[in-house]
Amino acid sequence: MPGRIEVDGRVAGTWQTATLTEIRRETPRVSTFRFAVPGWAGHVPGQHLMLRLTAEDGYVAQRHYSLASAPDDSGHIELTLDHVEDGEVSGWFHTVARPGDRIEVRGPLSGFFAWPGDRPALLLGAGSGVVPLMSMVRHHRARGLTVPLRLLVSARSPGDLIYAGEYGAETTPVFTRSAPAGTPVGRMTAAHLAPLLSRPPADGWEAYVCGSNSFAEHASRLLVAAGQPVDRIRIERFG
Amino acid sequence: MNTTRGFTGRPRATGPQLPPGQYDAGDDWPVLSAEVTPDLSPADWTFRVGGLVAESRIWDWAGARRLPASAYAGDIHCVTGWSKFGVRFGGVSLDTFLEEAGPLPSATHAVAYAHTGYSANLPLADLTGGRAWIVWEYDGRPLAPEHGGPARLVVPHLYFWKSVKWVAGLELLDRDEPGFWEQNGYHARGNPWEEQRYSGD
Repeated sequence: MPGRIEVDGRVAGTWQTATLTEIRRETPRVSTFRFAVPGWAGHVPGQHLMLRLTAEDGYVAQRHYSLASAPDDSGHIELTLDHVEDGEVSGWFHTVARPGDRIEVRGPLSGFFAWPGDRPALLLGAGSGVVPLMSMVRHHRARGLTVPLRLLVSARSPGDLIYAGEYGAETTPVFTRSAPAGTPVGRMTAAHLAPLLSRPPADGWEAYVCGSNSFAEHASRLLVAAGQPVDRIRIERFG
Repeated sequence: MNTTRGFTGRPRATGPQLPPGQYDAGDDWPVLSAEVTPDLSPADWTFRVGGLVAESRIWDWAGARRLPASAYAGDIHCVTGWSKFGVRFGGVSLDTFLEEAGPLPSATHAVAYAHTGYSANLPLADLTGGRAWIVWEYDGRPLAPEHGGPARLVVPHLYFWKSVKWVAGLELLDRDEPGFWEQNGYHARGNPWEEQRYSGD
């Protein structure tokens, strides 16, 4: 399957300084970190970056994270990070980081999971897997795109739903542990996909799946069973 | 050096086996693949060596299993940052397959491709001399589908995106031709010890 965009190797290979400007709490375990990156080349929704933290003794920790923000001209980007238990990097972000801190980033990276906004997009995410998908939703809104876009997002409970206040009619939340009264509890099923895949847009959906491996396996199998072509399913998994 | 205020990192033993920028995944073996895990049974699996060879060859499951067994025990390194120490894969050395097909002197590179359409390019020198395997066992058990079972390529001295899951064949070429991730911004070779992650590295 071809990539969606060309990646500029020179840009992807250059470390830049990113200055933390704002921290926003999303859920008890998840926060969004906004950075000023004056040399940021811009990105396509769905792309990620690599960041690195450097200790006094020269030890370096590097991680890949999806970009949460839509591309804009503000010279800022946003990452939304889970606080992983004993997480070396996420632990620093959630317990030490404050506005003014500087880290290093390189990117944007990888053209495969990118969505430029040109095709109908069916987005399936779970937990913090919704992060790159939210960049797509925000892009869709910011540009006033009319191409169909739908988001199915799975969370344990309403309190664990990242970006809960931002979703609109394009989004269907699925709750696996507890849900508001009247909303069923349980994992994503064929019934969630049936209305979307029985009446797909004229050119069909480009499906983007992001989440843990078990979610990615489950969601991608549901898509295939519902008739979505295998070569139009893009998956980003994380452990 | 741009130090990060307040960052110390976790307690660490920077052993010689950890390439720069990597961390020890411990018992975890994250699954990373960009496509749907295929329903591929051993009965449906084949492995072909073609292109610049004396004779294109194709093996089915039984034929591949009859070849002399070979194993890899050591470390693997993923471009996303994790390394996993002391893994054990069982299968057949790629040298065995290549010897039967007979690479032509003009062959310098290969594209390894999967039954799903995924591909990765490799210099032929990275696939020969006991440096690459077709494997179907992990830790003495059948390789799980999400890790590339029934059979995958393993090239442990390069980043693991080169170790094509659900491997279907090798096409030998007289030039380097980018594969799936290489077309998406990743490095042509992917040596973890030189941090060849992205095309600018």
